[in-house]
Amino acid sequence: MSGKGMNLTLKIWRQKDANDKGKMVDYKVTDISEHMSFLEMMDVLNEQLVNSGEEPVAFDHDCREGICGMCSMYINGEAHGPDRGITTCQLHMRMFNDGDTITIEPFRAAAFPVIKDLVVDRSSFDRIQQAGGYISVNTSGNTQDANAIPISKHAADEAMDAATCIGCGACVATCKNSSAMLFVGAKVSQYALLPQGQVEAADRVKNMVAQMDLEGFGNCTNTGACEVECPKGISLENIARMNREYLAATLKG
Amino acid sequence: MSGILNSSIGRKFAMALSALFLMIFVLQHFVINLFSVISPDTFNEISHFMGTFWVIQYVIQPILIIGVIFHFVMGFVLEIKNKKANGVKYAKNNGAANSTWMSRNMIWSGGFILAFLIIHFIDFWIPEMNTKYILGDMSGMHNGEFRYFHELQEKFVPIWRVALYIVGFVFLALHLLHGFDSAFQSTGANNKYTKGLQGFGKAYAILIPLGFIFIALFHHFTH
Repeated sequence: MSGKGMNLTLKIWRQKDANDKGKMVDYKVTDISEHMSFLEMMDVLNEQLVNSGEEPVAFDHDCREGICGMCSMYINGEAHGPDRGITTCQLHMRMFNDGDTITIEPFRAAAFPVIKDLVVDRSSFDRIQQAGGYISVNTSGNTQDANAIPISKHAADEAMDAATCIGCGACVATCKNSSAMLFVGAKVSQYALLPQGQVEAADRVKNMVAQMDLEGFGNCTNTGACEVECPKGISLENIARMNREYLAATLKG
Repeated sequence: MSGILNSSIGRKFAMALSALFLMIFVLQHFVINLFSVISPDTFNEISHFMGTFWVIQYVIQPILIIGVIFHFVMGFVLEIKNKKANGVKYAKNNGAANSTWMSRNMIWSGGFILAFLIIHFIDFWIPEMNTKYILGDMSGMHNGEFRYFHELQEKFVPIWRVALYIVGFVFLALHLLHGFDSAFQSTGANNKYTKGLQGFGKAYAILIPLGFIFIALFHHFTH
């Protein structure tokens, strides 16, 4: 490690449990290396808190390599902080300067209630997925060879792009309407683009959108903020595709 | 099909359709107004036709009014629903990092346009309805000649009204700068033509309101 570490002021949302009102609390951390990831900086803070007998800050994290979608945090007014195409674990402290004040809040949406501190309940995404984000294939030994159905390169690429969604919820956290349409659009698209998914396409989009509405997510107004903040670069085209799929499915009855 | 307006996507779609309809209306309104600058006689004739032809008066006009009311009511309904979907407000939210001011403030630009429309109705539409349907004068004449052009000119004599209209058109431009391509996205149209359409949308959003401003100023200064 080279150079002097950074001294930072952190304004962090602290909330004991789901029923607690919660408030912003200031903390200081010193000698933070620019090479650290944001979560490592949080680890330093928590070690400090544990050593001084305080309750550490609860935050979600798992793989720490940008795959799992677990780490959340709204940092300085942006989901996953001030960088593009990354999750919080991929955000490096070199994005900040010595003496900075960093505001850290949980992802906010009525459908993402806070469990504790920076940890939110994103199981509403699971329920949307369970409402139709799958294909019904009998896998008990008589599965068809995947390559038996020819799929165009273009469709395969687009489906794969949609499937890179890790369900982190940055789209919802960032959206001024707390809309989940980028997530649902990606999940609808990844199947709608492939022949295997087309069998159940109409029911899938209707059920997933119904569940999305039921969970209390907002209505998309096409600000495009979700696409900008998405760690996987999921495109707004997926929302347009979901709209087409939904309208076609609904008008057909 | 039933209850399509009860779904988030259905509401978006209806919002977009009414928007597309209103954008076509604004374009035709602009073209007719432009004739007031090019040829007052043609303007008078078109105005008389629009004001007396039964299809326009009794079919298109009610559809337009319903379209306007629907767009505003749905806009406010969506805003209330979206506010409800938000959790606790962020202590710090950097919206400018990922979206345009126009896209985040459609309710405000829309609200100001509504206020402008009310003034516009009081200025032009209500007197027109009064002359034609309450006083029963369908002739379109005043002192032996068409009244439309003169009435238009008279309205833009006071500078305060010109200023008010300019403010209204600026909000219309801000609203359209996001609204134009947003309407296409909501209907599901996002394809290889989208980039070109966005360029056209920007031009539409700036040139049409600018044209309306020009017409208002033209009548103010040439009267």
